[in-house]
Amino acid sequence: MSALRAVKANARPFFQRHSAGELKEALRKMYLIRRFEEGAEEAYMRGLIHGTMHLSIGQEASAVGSTMALRNTDYITSTHRGHGHCIGKGADPKLMFAEFFGKEEGYCRGRGGSMHIADVATGNLGANGIVGGGLPIAVGAALAIKKQKRDDVAMCFFGDGASNEGAFHEALNMAAVWKLPVIFVCENNKYGMSVSTERSMAVANVADRAPAYGMPGVIVDGNSVADVAEAIAAATERARKGEGPTLVECKTYRTRGHSRSDRNRYRTKEEIDEWKAKDPIPLFEAELIAHGLATEDEVTAIRISAETEITNGIEYARTGTDPDPNEVTRDVYSSGVNS
Amino acid sequence: MSREITYAQAIQEALGQAMEADPAVFLMGEDIGVYGGAFQVTGDLVHRFGEDRVMDAPISELGQAGVAVGAALAGCKPVLEFQFSDFATLAMEQIVNQAAKLRFMLGGKVNVPLVMRFPAGSGTGAAAQHSQSLDAWLAHVPGLKVIQPSTPYDMKGMLLAAIDDPDPVMVFEHKLLYKTKGEVPEEAYRVPIGKAHVAREGSDVTIVATSIMVHKSLEAAETLAAEGIDVEVIDLRTLRPMDTATIIESVKKTTRLACVYEGVKTLGIGAEISARIAESEAFDYLDAPILRLGGAESPIPYNPVLEKAAVPQVQGIVEGLRNLVTGRT
Ligand SMILES: Cc1ncc(C[n+]2csc(CCOP(=O)(O)OP(=O)(O)O)c2C)c(N)n1
Ligand SMILES: [Mg+2]
Repeated sequence: MSALRAVKANARPFFQRHSAGELKEALRKMYLIRRFEEGAEEAYMRGLIHGTMHLSIGQEASAVGSTMALRNTDYITSTHRGHGHCIGKGADPKLMFAEFFGKEEGYCRGRGGSMHIADVATGNLGANGIVGGGLPIAVGAALAIKKQKRDDVAMCFFGDGASNEGAFHEALNMAAVWKLPVIFVCENNKYGMSVSTERSMAVANVADRAPAYGMPGVIVDGNSVADVAEAIAAATERARKGEGPTLVECKTYRTRGHSRSDRNRYRTKEEIDEWKAKDPIPLFEAELIAHGLATEDEVTAIRISAETEITNGIEYARTGTDPDPNEVTRDVYSSGVNS
Repeated sequence: MSREITYAQAIQEALGQAMEADPAVFLMGEDIGVYGGAFQVTGDLVHRFGEDRVMDAPISELGQAGVAVGAALAGCKPVLEFQFSDFATLAMEQIVNQAAKLRFMLGGKVNVPLVMRFPAGSGTGAAAQHSQSLDAWLAHVPGLKVIQPSTPYDMKGMLLAAIDDPDPVMVFEHKLLYKTKGEVPEEAYRVPIGKAHVAREGSDVTIVATSIMVHKSLEAAETLAAEGIDVEVIDLRTLRPMDTATIIESVKKTTRLACVYEGVKTLGIGAEISARIAESEAFDYLDAPILRLGGAESPIPYNPVLEKAAVPQVQGIVEGLRNLVTGRT
């Protein structure tokens, strides 16, 4: 039975272009991200993991809508709020949990933690603890792609706050001057920690900055998978054809605090509730059902399967291998030479 | 009147008193306003002094450092908070090429009276980009003063001295010290920059320690005292200008020296202290090789066991000192 057969004629191109299977996989990834973060939060609260973490709950549509356009040989660079990008690009949640738990099985062998998860095999060059740190790195990856005459792209995730770092401006300029295949994905969640975009920039949109560097700046509803994915598909096509970079600004919101220590003093409960009502997951679910691309039962099954995968992932991580304390200096250099 | 407050409260009190006393003083940084600072150091100061004097800046470390330099040149006394000392790396241009050198390059015609505050160190599970101890980097630069108070008392007094100082002063604050308590006078007072402090007197061996390692060394000294080893602990307090005289006097008395610091061991502050002793009259008094206990030759790992293993701990200090004094290696 063709999935496309069932799609309502009035559905937007995104729903026509992707198979029901692909769309249901997107929903599954959104659930995986949500449950991964809820699971991580709970493990932290129970004292099972230490450090801090930055949750992207409420921002799943931009992570999944963006990475849908990518293949394994494309790259991403991510941020401190990167669990969604990581799962979107194809990482295995149980290995992410192992990293959270500081185990040898983790993506960084327990050395990196939440803020440094990378999965080189799927083209994920890593989350970053430095705001703006990934921007020039994505440009460099795109430069390599161009030199090697590949038609891959580098997708660079960053926040509204990061667009105030010098690295943002330098990266955009170089990407544009050299016409590199970069898609700059700004997840504008209205705040850089406690400082609103109104208080940190004199333009209304991060996308307004793109034309200054000679590239298109596109604004989308960051809570709509379809909206994000359509803009990203166009930007990716442009990049693959060698026509240069695009900046896509996803307007979204993190419903959790900035990190574990946030007391939410800089925003109102009303604002948080208003955005909770725009939760991207039920929105996407409703669209899939309305367009005849999934049934209620299928949606429930997807949610349950994501939950099971997360529960098993936590169990896997808990029982992982602890690093040997005598191995602190391993992997500092490729040769093992040190001091 | 003196009472017990935390290290973080001591900073906040010094900042508040400096702003009350001098309208030229203002604070800038990321999330230091309503959020109260990532480590709640500025706390409620924004409510007392307003957003013009407790300024939330965009996430632009290089820019903020430069703005502090410019404001200092033009008659203000900026106190810039970095959210983590690691982000000094983004601002190095303005700190090293501008703040440190302007007075010299302009033939002494200007002052750059600014203060930069750096929450530093490991132990919070924040991994390699949020746990570094870069104090020795900045102490390598002529033109900067670098302080590292280890107690609430010294913190308040040295921060007030730093704000008075006509030269740029870099303040390293260990994150694990923020909640530690100590006696602090309510009124404003100054503790001089450039003077080390003998935190514990002893006769068998001298430890020169910085920041949190002062406390770990004092703890180790208690254990060693029970074994009959009498340790003198010097809290260096200021990296630049360094109080060499106090260290020389101590080493002449104890005849043994250990340096304990959290920054990476190689080419760190211990190398400088050792060299100064090797170059001084105290060299002839040494009865044992100098011992350096510093951070591992690696970035700070995330895993908590590895994280602890990457910096000196009390047990390691006890063992190192015991071997130093008993002549074992
Ligand atoms: C260079 C640098 N400065 C400051 C920080 C501390 N910090 C971490 S995340 C963050 C806010 C970033 O805001 P934004 O880019 O909008 O991303 P969001 O957290 O909203 O996803 C800040 C200030 C940092 N990690 N790196
Ligand atoms: Mg943001």
